[in-house]
Amino acid sequence: MSNLIEGFLGKSVEGKKSRMPARLDYWQSATGLFLALFMWGHMFFVSSILVSKDFMYSVTKMFEGVSFIKGGNPFLVSIAVAIVLTIIIIHAALAMRKFPANYRQYQAFRTHMKMIDHEDTTLWFIQAFTGFAMFFLASAHLFIMLTKPETIGPFGSADRMISGWMWPVYLLLLLAVEFHGSIGLYRLCVKWGWFEGDNAKETRVKLKKVKWAITIFFLVLGLATLAAYMKIGLEHRDQAGVRYQPTAQVQMIKNDMKVRA
Amino acid sequence: MGRMITIKALKYNPNSKVSKAHFAKYELEETDGMTLFVALTKIREEMDHDLSFDFVCRAGICGSCGMMVNGVPKLACRTLTKDYPDGVIQLMPMPAFKLIKDLSVNTGEWMEGMSKRVESWIHTNEEPDYSKLEKPIEPDVADAVFEIDRCVECGICVAACGTKLMRPDFVGAVGLNRVARFEADPHDNRTDEDFYELVGDDNGVFGCMSLLACEDNCPKHLPLQSKIAYMRRKLVALR
Repeated sequence: MSNLIEGFLGKSVEGKKSRMPARLDYWQSATGLFLALFMWGHMFFVSSILVSKDFMYSVTKMFEGVSFIKGGNPFLVSIAVAIVLTIIIIHAALAMRKFPANYRQYQAFRTHMKMIDHEDTTLWFIQAFTGFAMFFLASAHLFIMLTKPETIGPFGSADRMISGWMWPVYLLLLLAVEFHGSIGLYRLCVKWGWFEGDNAKETRVKLKKVKWAITIFFLVLGLATLAAYMKIGLEHRDQAGVRYQPTAQVQMIKNDMKVRA
Repeated sequence: MGRMITIKALKYNPNSKVSKAHFAKYELEETDGMTLFVALTKIREEMDHDLSFDFVCRAGICGSCGMMVNGVPKLACRTLTKDYPDGVIQLMPMPAFKLIKDLSVNTGEWMEGMSKRVESWIHTNEEPDYSKLEKPIEPDVADAVFEIDRCVECGICVAACGTKLMRPDFVGAVGLNRVARFEADPHDNRTDEDFYELVGDDNGVFGCMSLLACEDNCPKHLPLQSKIAYMRRKLVALR
């Protein structure tokens, strides 16, 4: 009954405000922080292709749990994808609260943004725009990862780019993720006052520099990685669908050093 | 002879049925140390008696002359025309406030509403005795309160805020800074729970999107970023 009254009046029976807006703000930041840091790790893992196909293969197998399941099981990847997808959906639902909700809001913000020409205001718009784009781009990627985790690998991922025609999606997704994530991390710092120190203004200038360095670093790494997969995909076009076989496998034989007679 | 500058001012009277919003163009000679106040006064005296704009102190103290100068909210009395190398300056009234006419907006009405909304006065259980000195507080605490109490309610943080322009009910940096001011003041007995009741929602501190145009444009250089982050941390920590 109290939920009915609170929902109707917008305040509790005792006349108090709900703690929910505070929680939503907290969880928007917490899920965003997780996703931004997750994408750093993700980029390092996928860029393993820049080292070698074998290295990328072993990273893939690591996530399939090869160290405790013989041959690995791609279903483990599906579980991880399902967790990340859930967090993305929560983050998107929470962040959507900040979007312009009608044409007048959009028009007022755009006019203001162009007039005032203020970097952080413009960065917010980029963040909102890339966030919206990721509703679709990230969903396309994650659905494939969820349903076909066994295709992840040096040839499988490369074939997906070229023979599966996913490279335009991945190019746009890369741009969206890197801008959205790095702007988001910067905004988290200024929003919650992290690393503020004695001089918040000075810290903010430094944070902004770090933010741009992170954007550029991950964009360059991402573009190089995308190019590497596309190159392999083009070379492997005739055998699309054929899985990668590691070139060499070192088998460790345990030897108890006992001399048998 | 100084260079010629061009001032384009938005002219519009929302109370007139025949008034059509347009930019009026004025060309005048720049003088040494010319501020927008000087330029606008000259325009009103010599070219257009009908041009409306607000001024009181002419020294950046009263906070009356906020306007959009080439899209950026500024105090006109502290804005030098020589800082605009191409000599063309576009003036518009501050958004978010009720437009009176041309460059004149009603910040006072909005600020009064904000003050009432955040209950911008000392809340204490003690009966004040005005014949006695106020209870002393630590000098550094007093300094911290005075530091954020320097706000002149010019409205620039409100006009600079993209969040506020999208969501008219947003309390704005001035409101959140005001809450931080009383939170820091030991004379005020209000708890964090009490402040939550004032700004603990999406029109208050949780609606702020940290665009920080408030911080970057405040003519008093108030630490708005830090104070909003501080209130956010305080209020989000409540159970």
